[in-house]
Formats: sequence, structure tokens, C-alpha cells
Amino acid sequence: MDREKIIVAENLTKKFGKFTAVDGISFEVGRGEIFGFLGANGAGKTTAIKMLCGLQSPTSGKAKVAGFDIYKESEKIKKNIGYMSQRFSLYEDLTVTENIEFYGGVYGLKKNVIKEKTKYFLETLQMEEEKNKLLKSLPLGWKQKLAFMTAIIHEPKIVFLDEPTGGVDPLMRRQFWTLIYKSAEDGTTVFVTTHYMDEAEYCGRVSMMVDGRIAALDTPSKLKEKFNASSMHEVFVKIARN
Amino acid sequence: MNTILHILKKEFLQIFRNKSMLPLIFVMPIIQLLILSNAATYEIKNINYCLVDLDQSTFSRDLAERFRQNGYFILKGNKYSTNEAIKGFNTNEWKLILYIPENFEKDFRREGKSKMQLLINAEDGAAAGLINNYSSNIIQQFNQDIITEYIPSGSSMNMPPLINVNFRNWYNPELNYKTYMVPGILVALVTMIGTFLTGMNIAREKEIGTIEQLNVTPIKKYQFITGKLFPFWIIGLFVLAFGLLIGKIIYGIPVLGSPLVLFSLASIYLISMLGIGLFISTVTETQQQAMFIAWFIMVIFILLGGIFTAVESMPDWAQRLTYLNPISHFSKAIRMILLKGSGFRELAEQFTVLSVFAFLIIALAVFRYRKTN
Amino acid sequence: MLILFGMPVAQVLLFGFAIRNEIRDTKIAILDYSRDNVTQEISNKILSSGYFILSDNLFNDKQLEEEFKKGTIKEIIIFEQNFSENLYKTGKANIQLILDASDANLANMVMNYTNSILKDYQKEISAEYSNPPAITTEVKMRYNPELKSVYMFVPGIMAIILMLVSALMTSISITREKELGTMEILLVSPLNPLMIIIGKVIPYLILGIINAAVILLISVNVFGVPVAGSNLLLIGETILFVITALSLGILISTIVSDQQTAMMISLAGLMLPTVMLSGYVFPIENMPVVLQWFSHILPAKWYVIIVKSVMLKGAGFEYIWKETFILAGMTLFFIILSIKKFKIRLL
Repeated sequence: MDREKIIVAENLTKKFGKFTAVDGISFEVGRGEIFGFLGANGAGKTTAIKMLCGLQSPTSGKAKVAGFDIYKESEKIKKNIGYMSQRFSLYEDLTVTENIEFYGGVYGLKKNVIKEKTKYFLETLQMEEEKNKLLKSLPLGWKQKLAFMTAIIHEPKIVFLDEPTGGVDPLMRRQFWTLIYKSAEDGTTVFVTTHYMDEAEYCGRVSMMVDGRIAALDTPSKLKEKFNASSMHEVFVKIARN
Repeated sequence: MNTILHILKKEFLQIFRNKSMLPLIFVMPIIQLLILSNAATYEIKNINYCLVDLDQSTFSRDLAERFRQNGYFILKGNKYSTNEAIKGFNTNEWKLILYIPENFEKDFRREGKSKMQLLINAEDGAAAGLINNYSSNIIQQFNQDIITEYIPSGSSMNMPPLINVNFRNWYNPELNYKTYMVPGILVALVTMIGTFLTGMNIAREKEIGTIEQLNVTPIKKYQFITGKLFPFWIIGLFVLAFGLLIGKIIYGIPVLGSPLVLFSLASIYLISMLGIGLFISTVTETQQQAMFIAWFIMVIFILLGGIFTAVESMPDWAQRLTYLNPISHFSKAIRMILLKGSGFRELAEQFTVLSVFAFLIIALAVFRYRKTN
Repeated sequence: MLILFGMPVAQVLLFGFAIRNEIRDTKIAILDYSRDNVTQEISNKILSSGYFILSDNLFNDKQLEEEFKKGTIKEIIIFEQNFSENLYKTGKANIQLILDASDANLANMVMNYTNSILKDYQKEISAEYSNPPAITTEVKMRYNPELKSVYMFVPGIMAIILMLVSALMTSISITREKELGTMEILLVSPLNPLMIIIGKVIPYLILGIINAAVILLISVNVFGVPVAGSNLLLIGETILFVITALSLGILISTIVSDQQTAMMISLAGLMLPTVMLSGYVFPIENMPVVLQWFSHILPAKWYVIIVKSVMLKGAGFEYIWKETFILAGMTLFFIILSIKKFKIRLL
């Protein structure tokens, strides 16, 4: 790969008591990639992401994110990443503007920058009318899109998305991926987990997790070739059967 | 610094948008102060009693009259045997039975000695003790009065020397129970609000998942904690001030000491209590757990803190334990400030102890809070 | 889970041992201007009563205020100058008791106890003189001869803990399902809503009964609180009360939508009034009439009466049928109201 390696994981493992959630996974992600982390529910995707984000400490193994070690430099990592959790996590009892301002402030952005960003978000998402509405009054799809934009408010090098399109209709999902593409174009690396196999097609490279291990890792087209499948869904079924 | 300001803004917005929060902060203290202060009394003012007078002499009737005339005692029944009267204990009709046997007057005149009985329902030990004291006083007063009546002066009877006892109540001459209870109840309220709200607030963010979003940002521990504690600290102090105002207006609670002293101490105290709430939130996953644990700890601290029952009445080992209880220090201090006007000097011990507590608890809670699990 | 069992046990133990209404080892100071035999005797008598401990000997009245401000002394006993001379030559001597009345309850008790010790002494010295006619009063303390305050607290503690486990936990647990949205899922399922609620409630019913049993065992075996009446009756009434509290918890959960509110209502609206107004610590008959009426609507108040009657007085059912009836009536009322509210929600 000729791109700068922005995520490097080596034998990353997480055990909860006797249960091994993540079993020695190794992979690399290049700068600017849209990297898909696929797998069934419970395969270990969320745990893996949490380790990379500094939310969980690994049981063993090594990893570097944005050049920083996840054991010793997790706080530095956090300055350089964005994260969108599986559960919706903007504040329902704050308005759109208030949420944006809050996270902007937490990431240390200056007032005028926050103002600009707010304007930009509202325009891009076409939410100007809603700027002073409480989040709980908005439909889910809009909230998800806002959550994504907020996750990259500080223009991080990488953004981790954990099942960002869960529970959202297909049209909304497409719109969401348009946003993802745009941020990738702007140079942000996107690390996204999903269990929607069709979304895998949108990614540059894809890895499949089964029972805590990486069962396959390559571009979608190469995987389909390898497994003689016409869709990523088929690829997944064939891998899971083995 | 900026980050902290942002957090504070968010917290305050959330708190005040919460519809159940505002009534809680304002209305609850008022209601509880009003209702509870009126309930909190050990005074025995209405002693229902039953008279069993088997003598029916002028003598016994005189004595019975003494009781009737005393405002504390209320005659509820006249029976002809103790067995009959005791049934009234079972039905809670009265708490005291005055039993005057036959020949009460005869024995007194002829032999200079007569007996009677007080049967007291002693379920409530303290009340029983007081009922005993009050009744005995009446009987003894009667005794003394009739001596002069029945023994003509100039006889060879020597009057024994008399020890004259009089007493004065300082700081509360009218024995107003409220002056003691109200500050105590206020402390209990403020404490509960502080600890519970803090604990549940953080537990709630955990439950919903927003705390994860915060943990993934570069936000520093101290910023997060300050942002979480500060709003409730302010609210706690505010409720204290508000409650004191009500106490003063409605109950006339004196405020002899300096508000500066009071609020400095209260600030330190609140930090401890909030710290406990914070600590609880670090060991629980759900609001339900947080609430339950907070309740457990709070009830123990409050009841053992000398708010409703005096610390001095506790056995020694318990009294020593109260040393570890911030509530007992603070409730003692607040009474000293309000009722006696104690200042920094007299409260040096409380200040020190509470500061140490605050420091330890916060340190513990901060240590336990992890951004990375 | 450990907490659900441990908590009541810990509380009962703690309160039984530590919370007292009695006077013991109260610290006092003595300002003795005479320092003669008689004042010595009197002082000794007071200090050996077990009620008081001498903390300080004072020398002049300027020290009075300072002593009180320190906050440890509850009473200062002042003997006048030439006490025994005055007593035996002029027939009268004065003692002054100064009390720190900031805690009026305590002050009252301290004064009464001190006074009765002094009266005792008075009797002793009077005995040496020709006896004026005297009335002897025999005092019988029924149900609680040693005046142990724990007798009064145990029924109250039972009420509180049962109320806590049953009403509070039930309301929060059901509300939690509502908050998380899982309640809707249950309602949509073919399960009868009544079954769902009962299913939720049974664990707390069992928990409540176990807790009650544990508290009783501790009270009887550790604190020596008697169970003068029928054990069966006590158990029966306790189960009734647990059900009352449970139904109250259910009612609360039909009214509120989130856990925090449920908690606040349960605590502020239920727990605190129960502690204060049920007769647990403060006797009800001494409260203002308004509050006495208010206490009628608290289930805990009736339960406390029942427990006291059965445990301490050995009363049979014929004495407590009225209170039992009231509890049963309340339960029915809560259940009917809950069902109504529930149906409205479903419609």
C-alpha cells in the first residue's frame, strides 16, 4: 500500500473473563480509505472499535492509531479521531445548535470556528429551520446525520462509525453514505462497521469478522471473485458457513 | 477552562429543561419543611389516661382532680378494675392508667403511708419515661400540699430540709422543638438532593450512552467532574439558602451566626456529598442501582447523623462512628451557627474534618472514574 | 443483589444498636461554689446513675457560655455557695440547672432525669427525719419494662424497609421497562398485561417477605424484642402490607414515565412521610391535627399499629381487625386505580 498507514493493529485481543470477544486480529488501514468492518452481530466489531478509540483497554496485542499507541497515548488519539456510537448519543434535550456548540467546545474549537461549522452543518443537512428545535423532536435519520457531522466537527484524521445507519430507511442510508464519501474526499479516513452487507460495496476495502477473528480482508470485488459470489451478502454467507 | 464552561452550559440547560427538576428543587423543600418540622416532636402533650379509683374519697378525688386540671393529661375513661383498664392499652385508647386502691385516704391518715399505681404503656420507652416523670411530679406536689393541710403546724413533726431546684433553658427558652429540627431536616434535604441527583445524573448518561461519546473526546477527567458537580453544588447551596429563608420566615428560626461561616462550611460539606454521589455512579451501571445504593448510604448517614435522634444518646462505639459521618459534623455545626452564633474559631474542628472528607472522597471518586474501561 | 438482602439487615442492626431515644452517658459540667460533703454526695449520685458523664469542672460563671459554645456539654449543674450550711441550718438550698436547649427533646429529657435523681436524694435525706405522710407510687411499665427504644423502632423499620423494597423498587423497575421501551414490546405480545405485571411484581413480593422475616429474626434474637402475640397473625399481616406496598408501587409506575420521577415520588412522597409520620420515630398523637389526619392515608401508619399490637401487646385479631380492614381496602383501591390507568394507556 502506498498510503500512510493510519491504523495498525497487531494481534489485538480482548477477553471478558472466559469469553474472548476479539481474538488476535491484525490489519492496517491507509489514510483516506473507507474501511469497512463487517460481521454479524456479536462478532466482536464494537469491541474492536472501542479498543481503537481508547474506550476499552485490550487484553493483549498492539495497535497504533494516527501514529499513537493505544495503551500509552490514548488521550492523544482522542484528539485526532471522531466517533459515532451504535447507540445514539447526542443530547436529546438540547437543540441542534446547542449540541453542535457543545461538542465544538469540548474539542477545543474557537468560537468563530464553531459558528462557521454550525452554519455549514445546517446548510449541508438542510436543517436551518430546525436549528432551535430539541433533538428529540427530529426524525431518526436527521439525528444520525447530525451525529456524524458532529463527530467530525474538529476535522479529525479518522472517524470511527459503529453501525451508523441502524434502523434507518434505504433512502436515508444512501444520503448518509453521500456524507461519508464527501468526508473521505476531504481526506478523512473512515472506519465503519455495519451488518448491512450491501453497504460493504461502498467501501474501499472490507474485512469480515467471524467469532472474534478476521476471516477475510480485501476489496469487495476481489472478495466476490475469490468466493465466487455475486454479492457481498453471498460472500458473507459462504465465509460464515466455513 | 473553556471546556468546563461548555459543559456547565450543557448541564444547566439540561437541568432546567427537565420538567420534574424545578418543582423538585423548590417545592419539595418547602413542603417537607412545612410538614416535617411540624411532625418532628417528642414532646408529650396529650397523655390519654384512664382513672381507676377504688377509694372514691375526697382525698382520691382531689388527686384525680389535679390530673384533670393539668393540660397535658386527658381523661379518657373511668374503669372499675385494672383488668378492664388494660384492655384500653390494647385498643390504644390510653397510655396511662391511674390506679388508686381502696383505703387510700384511710391508710394515709392512720398509718401515714398509702400506695397507688401508675400503669404505663411503655411501647415508646422515651415517652413512657416522660409520662412517668410528669405524673410523679403531680403526685409529689399533691403529697407536699396535703402534708401542710393534714398536719397542723406546730406539731412535733420536723420538716426535712428542702433542695430547691430551678432550671433555665439556654438558646431555646421556650423549648421550641422546631429550632432544633428545622436545620436538621434542611441538612437532610440538601444532602439527599445533592447526592441523589449527582449520582443519578451520571448513571443516566451511562445508561443512555452519551457518556461514551464524552469519553472518546479529549476531555480531561477534572473537566468532566467539575462540569458534573458544579451545577448541583450551586443548586444545593441555593436550596439551603432558600430553606433557611423559609425557616426564618415561617418558624422564626434564629440566625445568630454569620452567613459567611455557614455557607463556607456548607460549600465544603456539599463537595463531600456530591463526591459520594459521583463515587456511587462509578460503581453502578444503571440508575436503579445508583438510586438504591445512594438510598442505602444516605439513610444510614442521615439517621446516624444526629438529625432526628441525638448523637449523645447513642452507645459509645456508635458515637465514635459518627465521627466518620460528614452529616453529623455538619448538622452539629449548622445548629451551633444558627442557635449559638458560633464562628470559625469554635468550628475549627468541623471545618478541618469536613475538608479532609471532601478531599478524600473526591480523590477516591476521581481515581475510580475511568475514561478507558 | 447482595445489597437487597444486606441492606435491611445492616439497617436493622445499625438502628437497633445505635439509634436511641434514651439518655446515656450525656456529658455535663458542674459548677460547684461550695465543694462540701453534700454537694459531693449529690454530684456522685448524679454521675453514677449511668445517664451522665462529667466532662468538666467549672470555676466561675464566665465559663458557662464558652462551655456551651463548644457544643459537647448538654447541662451545667450549679451548686450555690455554702450549700450544706444553707440546707441544714436554714432548711433550704438552691441548685440551678442550665440546659443547652438547642435540642429541646434532649434538654427536656436531661432535665427530667436530673430532676428525678435530685428528688431521690431529697427523699433519702427526708427519710432521716420523722416521716411525714407519703404516697408511694408503684410504677409498672407494661410491654417494655426496661424502656428500650428499640421496641418502638422495630415496627417502624419493618414498615420502612418493606415499603422501600416493595413500593420503591417495583415502581422503578416497571418504569425502567417503560423508559427503555421494552414495556411496549411486552404489551404487544400475546401475554396478558395482568400476567406481565404480576410477573414483574412477584420477585419483589418474595424479597419483601424474606426481608421481613430476616428483620423479625434479628429483632427477636439479637435485640430481644418479644413477639407476644401470634406469629401466624404477624406473618399474615406482613404479607398483606407487602402487597399493599407493591400495589402502591404499581400505581406510581402507571402515573410516571421515567425512572427519575418514579424515584423522586417514591422517596419524597412515600418514604419521607412514612419515616416521619407513621409513628416510627415521632409519636403521632403529639403532632398537629392536620398531620394526624394526613398520617391516616399512609399505609405504613396502620401497619405499624398492627405490628406493635401483635408483637408488643400480644393482641389478637379482634383488636386489629379495623386496621387490617383499612390496609386491605387501600390495597384494593390501589389495584383498581392502577388497572384503570393501565387501560387508559393501552387505548
